[in-house]
Amino acid sequence: MARTLPDRLKDAALAAFVALLLAVPFIGLTTINTDVGLRVATRWDWVLWAVAIVFAGRILFGFAADAVSTRRRRTEARGPLVSEAAGRTLGKAFAAAAIAFAVTLPFLPFSDRYVLDLGMTVLIYILLATGLNVTVGLAGLLDLGFVAFYAIGAYTFALLAKFFGFGFWIALPMAGLVAALFGVLLSLPILRLRGDYLAIVTLGFGEITRIVILNWQSLTGGPNGVGGIPRPTLFGLSFDRRPQEGQQSFHEVTGIAFSSEHRMMFLYFIVLLLVLVCAWAVWKLRRLPIGRAWEALREDEIACRSLGINPVLVKVSAYATGGLMGGLAGCFFAARQGFVSPESFTFIESAIILAIVVLGGMGSQIGVVVAAAFIVLLPEFAREFADYRMLLFGAAMILVMVWRPGGLISSREPTLTLAGGKQPAESVVRGVGS
Amino acid sequence: MTAPMLELKGVRTNYGPIEALRGVDVTVAPGEIVTLIGANGAGKSTLLMTICGNPRPASGSITFEGRDIVSLPPHETAKLGIAQVPEGRRIFPRMTVFENLQLGATLSDPAHFETDVAYCFDLFPILKQRRDQRAGTLSGGEQQMLAISRALMSRPRLLLLDEPSLGLAPLIIRRIFDVIAELNRSRGMTILLVEQNAYHALKLAHRAYVLAQGQVVMQGGGRELLANPEVRAAYLEGGSH
Ligand SMILES: Nc1ncnc2c1ncn2[C@@H]1O[C@H](COP(=O)(O)OP(=O)(O)OP(=O)(O)O)[C@@H](O)[C@H]1O
Ligand SMILES: [Mg+2]
Repeated sequence: MARTLPDRLKDAALAAFVALLLAVPFIGLTTINTDVGLRVATRWDWVLWAVAIVFAGRILFGFAADAVSTRRRRTEARGPLVSEAAGRTLGKAFAAAAIAFAVTLPFLPFSDRYVLDLGMTVLIYILLATGLNVTVGLAGLLDLGFVAFYAIGAYTFALLAKFFGFGFWIALPMAGLVAALFGVLLSLPILRLRGDYLAIVTLGFGEITRIVILNWQSLTGGPNGVGGIPRPTLFGLSFDRRPQEGQQSFHEVTGIAFSSEHRMMFLYFIVLLLVLVCAWAVWKLRRLPIGRAWEALREDEIACRSLGINPVLVKVSAYATGGLMGGLAGCFFAARQGFVSPESFTFIESAIILAIVVLGGMGSQIGVVVAAAFIVLLPEFAREFADYRMLLFGAAMILVMVWRPGGLISSREPTLTLAGGKQPAESVVRGVGS
Repeated sequence: MTAPMLELKGVRTNYGPIEALRGVDVTVAPGEIVTLIGANGAGKSTLLMTICGNPRPASGSITFEGRDIVSLPPHETAKLGIAQVPEGRRIFPRMTVFENLQLGATLSDPAHFETDVAYCFDLFPILKQRRDQRAGTLSGGEQQMLAISRALMSRPRLLLLDEPSLGLAPLIIRRIFDVIAELNRSRGMTILLVEQNAYHALKLAHRAYVLAQGQVVMQGGGRELLANPEVRAAYLEGGSH
């Protein structure tokens, strides 16, 4: 593998020669304005520089490429970052720590409106990615239009509130159900599709949803969106300073002094609750026949069928479950913003959610949490770089994928382990030794 | 002869313009081991897959225990008690051995899950040691054992095996064929076996068919075909046995 120096020099010389051929007309010759009109001038010194830079650059590039490929090989040989058994313990510890942190965040000294707002954004993306993770990560069905469910959930609440005066808590399950229904509708035409075709159709679904919302002026208000979406209440208690007629407010009833931050904290806890419930549900589902069927379908559809698993049901349920969670996230989004418009539901959202799932390592819940935090927080930290933010963001994503091609958490956690806490690694070793 | 368990009459299966099966008649009686041999591309795998329901035959009839199953999709035929060990094993690579077995038990009563797992581990003790290992990291032979075990988890009445000896070492092949014979003897399981390894497969079979270019060109008792000079010339001479 390691190439010899003469090899490298030869390679670089070749590149330099190509550079020379190109540089003579492109760099060496230039036109200049003189009194007697346009004249051709030469800049051979520039050409020499260009050739030298290509020569040196090619050599450096060769070294860098070798370093990366050695590293990649080592990563592959090493497999997951930590052994599976240790990973499981670590995973549990991480989950506990993350939950503890999330619950106490609003009470921590540095917590303010900005932190809470950011926290909510991270949690919304975790919720969305948890949903998409069911479809893409577990069932292995690509969905490039996941934002549609987000939009449908948001608009379900917005419209129910506008036309029927529904509150958040009644609208929440309905938003989830409507989005799940659309998940079923989406899954029906694409049951037989795979790969590229699946990508195109789901992408189309996302765009169609947005465009319908944009153009159905009479119902959705088109580009103007829907405003005046009511804030969630706590068992009927409002978090406004002056609640509406017939409502009581939180600060009046509890006697705690009014603070607008309480509403933020309340919203934060709602989305945290949604995330915890959905993550728990996915964890639970993975251990039920339907969840196992999702994963089996991802692994091998033909084998699934010969074992009596109906792929239609499995696919429909995967899209519906993903859609449901997207819808819940959308409903919360509408409640938090108080206003929805089609602008919030562009393709870039689908791309970001998918990036979180892929970056997190397809199918891993902890991966989703880490990746969502990474993707939402990185641009925040890079704020000073203003225009270069997205560039940095892109570079960071590429670096992560080079470093960990399978995603941050690439090993799949089995849904079953040996009884009595025996580590599988031991039994394997014993198996070899006996 | 008792009423056949599985009966194919004039089955034709096409892949677009390709005629993979051109009118095949095959019967399998309860408790029998029936072997199907034939060259590459003869249509053996197509035959097993057609029985399962995908692809569907263009014409002909397939009955299982007296019931027409031509129009049933694979997950429905599986419910009737037909299990297939597909060509190339097709285990679930990212899932553990145990999870694979669990998926095999999708259709069966959870009450006898433990018994069935224990039975599979009895047949193939190595799987017990590999219980929590990812199936994709098993050796080829272990994967084949897992594929067979997974199919057994549904307690099928008819087991379809597509080239279980493919790519395995002689010792493992013997073990696999021993298990097939054992399943048939002690459990009375009916087995339709597709094989390239004609010597072992014919020795084991009560009856056998030779398939060539989508048609049955010869049939008879297993040992009878094994002794047949034409069969020997085409499928045994110079072969590995
Ligand atoms: N999905 C498919 N699409 C088109 N043609 C197919 C398909 N599957 C099989 N065929 C064709 O049908 C014929 C029979 O294939 P089949 O797989 O049944 O052969 P086989 O007897 O199992 O061979 P082998 O011993 O190599 O496994 C072959 O000519 C093959 O090219
Ligand atoms: Mg075949």
